[in-house]
Amino acid sequence: MTEIALSHPAAEPAESPLTPESWGKLGMWIFLVGDAMGFGTLLAGYGAMRYGSADWPSPYDRLGISLTAFMTFLLICSSVTMVKALEAIKGGRPGRVKLFLCLTILGGAMFLGMQAYEWTHLIEGGLKIYGNPWGATLFGTTFFIITGFHGAHVTGGVIYLSIILAVVSRSRNASRNYMITEIAGLYWHFVDLVWIMVFTFIYLL
Amino acid sequence: MAATHTNYMAIFWWLFALTIIEIGVIYMPIAKVIIVILLISLALSKASLVAMYFMHLRFERRTMALIAVTPIFLGTLLVFILIPDHSAVPHRTREEVRPAAVSH
Repeated sequence: MTEIALSHPAAEPAESPLTPESWGKLGMWIFLVGDAMGFGTLLAGYGAMRYGSADWPSPYDRLGISLTAFMTFLLICSSVTMVKALEAIKGGRPGRVKLFLCLTILGGAMFLGMQAYEWTHLIEGGLKIYGNPWGATLFGTTFFIITGFHGAHVTGGVIYLSIILAVVSRSRNASRNYMITEIAGLYWHFVDLVWIMVFTFIYLL
Repeated sequence: MAATHTNYMAIFWWLFALTIIEIGVIYMPIAKVIIVILLISLALSKASLVAMYFMHLRFERRTMALIAVTPIFLGTLLVFILIPDHSAVPHRTREEVRPAAVSH
């Protein structure tokens, strides 16, 4: 490989250097690292604003954590169904692939429904993106921006997985199905991973 | 295809248990700073489990893992970069600042 690269410096390697099985997988990882930096910036900004505020309300008293704890549980379950779908492709069981992908999509849709319910409840209680009845205005701003940014990712994930379900249901190419499902799974698990951080920083701390 | 022999249900139960512990921690009668350290440690543990086993990072090449953890280092660095800002400017609500302004 090195000799070939030296003798043909302009030639591109045929396979991805970090993920030999797929360039797409490397592409998804690089996208996720960039996206993680976006979320990291939001959470670091949240921490700075909260630390500098004299009247930041106690989040778990004002937001309530029983519903969001269940939402966390739901996303963890959907991550399990996602890896089970991948296992089913490997085991050559298309029926189970569809079932587990449907369950994953259902988990994401239920999460979004609960977030809509939570937002409605909080907005009716006076929490706004520009105001907060319990103290610092930025409490409302940061809450809606960070949970909204995550919710947008879940929405994207539900659409993405629905497309993957449609493609996998029609195609009989097992290795291609495995690869596109694994790449979609990377995105879905990332959404779960980010929620773990959001749940801790926004609701528990 | 990544070579994986993971017991996904075991990972699920670990994540479930760590979430229950997290919720328990916030009601513990201990110093706030200890609660913060415990919660961040538990969250990072859960995130690591998801990345290593569900995202198969444990079975990828080491360079891939190094790239994946970069945002954590940059995020932590950003927290320290922001410290001078929020310690220099008091972010108080208008009502709290007003009496001080009147007394001058």
